[in-house]
Amino acid sequence: MNKPVQRFLTICLVALAVTAPPIAASAKEIKLLNVSYDPTREFYTEYNAAFIRYWKAKTGDEVSISQSHGGSGKQAQSVVNGLEADVVTLGLAFDIDAIATQSRLLPADWQKKLPNNSSPYTSTIVFLVRKGNPKGIKDWEDLVKTGVKVVVPNPKTSGGARWAYLAAYAYALGQNHQDDVAAKVFIKKLYQNVPVLDPGARGATVTFAQREIGDVLLTWENEAHLVLKEFNSAGYEIVTPHQSILAEPPVAVVERTTKRRGTTAVAQAYLEYLYSDEGQELAGKHFYRPRNAKAAAKFAAQFTAVELVTIDQVFGGWAKAQKTHFADGGVFDQIYHP
Amino acid sequence: MLPGFNLSLGFTLFYLGLIVLIPLSAVFWKTSTLSWSQFWDTVTMPTALASYRLTFGTSFLAALANAFFGLIVAWVLVRYEFFGKRIVDAMVDLPFALPTAVAGITLATLYAQSGWIGRFLTPLGIHAANSQLGIFVALTFIGLPFIVRTVQPVLEDLEPELEEAATSLGANRWQVFWRVILPMLAPALLTGFALAFARALGEYGSVIFIAGNIPMKTQITPVIIMAELDMFDYAKATAIAVVMLVSSFVLLLGINILQWWTNRYNTTNLA
Repeated sequence: MNKPVQRFLTICLVALAVTAPPIAASAKEIKLLNVSYDPTREFYTEYNAAFIRYWKAKTGDEVSISQSHGGSGKQAQSVVNGLEADVVTLGLAFDIDAIATQSRLLPADWQKKLPNNSSPYTSTIVFLVRKGNPKGIKDWEDLVKTGVKVVVPNPKTSGGARWAYLAAYAYALGQNHQDDVAAKVFIKKLYQNVPVLDPGARGATVTFAQREIGDVLLTWENEAHLVLKEFNSAGYEIVTPHQSILAEPPVAVVERTTKRRGTTAVAQAYLEYLYSDEGQELAGKHFYRPRNAKAAAKFAAQFTAVELVTIDQVFGGWAKAQKTHFADGGVFDQIYHP
Repeated sequence: MLPGFNLSLGFTLFYLGLIVLIPLSAVFWKTSTLSWSQFWDTVTMPTALASYRLTFGTSFLAALANAFFGLIVAWVLVRYEFFGKRIVDAMVDLPFALPTAVAGITLATLYAQSGWIGRFLTPLGIHAANSQLGIFVALTFIGLPFIVRTVQPVLEDLEPELEEAATSLGANRWQVFWRVILPMLAPALLTGFALAFARALGEYGSVIFIAGNIPMKTQITPVIIMAELDMFDYAKATAIAVVMLVSSFVLLLGINILQWWTNRYNTTNLA
């Protein structure tokens, strides 16, 4: 073997040895993996620290929690494909349903295991507009005016965008005596005002805030508040329409995985603690609407009152809404068909 | 036959099987859970058809543009000495090294209406971001190194004596290039073109940031595949992937045959 090749191989071996994971380090520590969606990053970072303190005080055990964030649908796919999540905290029930049906890692009735449809906090869809609201956008009707550019992600790839689409559709149904034909006309007009369909909620935020495209961004309420905080110099404003949808981001223990890993008790406690006063207060602090009356009262000032419809009332649940609106050839596809 | 042929052929087949064939056959296997009519309905959805045209069209044009400009870059890098040549040479590889999402965000920011380049284009009525032009820009960016890096070594080996001989026989510069240099470069150029084209077909990360992703207009095929995956429709996603795969294979095979043919033409001519 010649010298350079030998040297190269040696370097490779050294690199391997350095990067290989240390074997059997800290085997006794309890580890949890929470697989979540994009806009919860800041909230769970703070919540995890609170839970670790609480669990240590209660049982004396050290627990370390890892987080994974991404688009809700993609995260669900990763879990189906073998990512060992102890708990999932996703953007919509449809994604956890998919984990249940595709992999049977959790029972089909997972949503009945915890209070409030297993959704410890709620959110809704609001509008984010530029400084001074130059286009005078106040309600859904203003989004279909000519010359208004609306930024919203693709409902086929983004959970938040599905909530936004359904909120708009529910509004149109309400305005038109539940007439589907009129609602479709409205929704078509709305999406014809959309110049960019980003794949996910964060992407749409970047398009609107950093690339300065569009007059209004349809997004999660908590994401809108985050943008205000992040870009407060730009002077964005949140506009809450008179009616929107009650978005319930659900949580669940991935039972098969926790049983195998022996983490069922701590995973269960981790999710239940979300309903505690401390958990609810942190949710409110990160702009999720708390369920608990005490925390809700504390943060009442930051949430504008809005009339909320639910997906079960208007669309008969996720499975049906998915099939009618977002499946291939569904209403969303029809918007773009000539 | 060279000794060790069986062993090395066996190894090649095993390695290709492991790395390429098994994952690819999984794609076909997943697709086979669809019936023929379901398969056909999926791959001929209007949005899918529009996306094939867009993906193959822009990839082809971008590879073509790269073949032309990449050749010039390679030529300058080989034939001229100038200050900072090493740095320019290293810059050619940047599109390889840069995560494609970073490239996409950067390009989208530059070409947006208020961006450094976009603000000069917009008054001219050219909308580079969120348009098919934007996709072309992104694909050209990621494809450049393929052409330069395949053409460069061949160009380096090209003996100046051949050109001198041609000139002494009365050929002008244009004839030297067209009749002497280009035929010798053609196989490398074709390889580079094929690589850039194939790379562009599968590109996702950079394009989604600059394309706008509007169905029927600026939505590339990989976005449709992602959408099917996000709705947990794996079979449909792989069905569209199969269409991409088979058509890419046919196109690349065509380019390979063309390359083999130009090679043969060259060697018989030189002999």
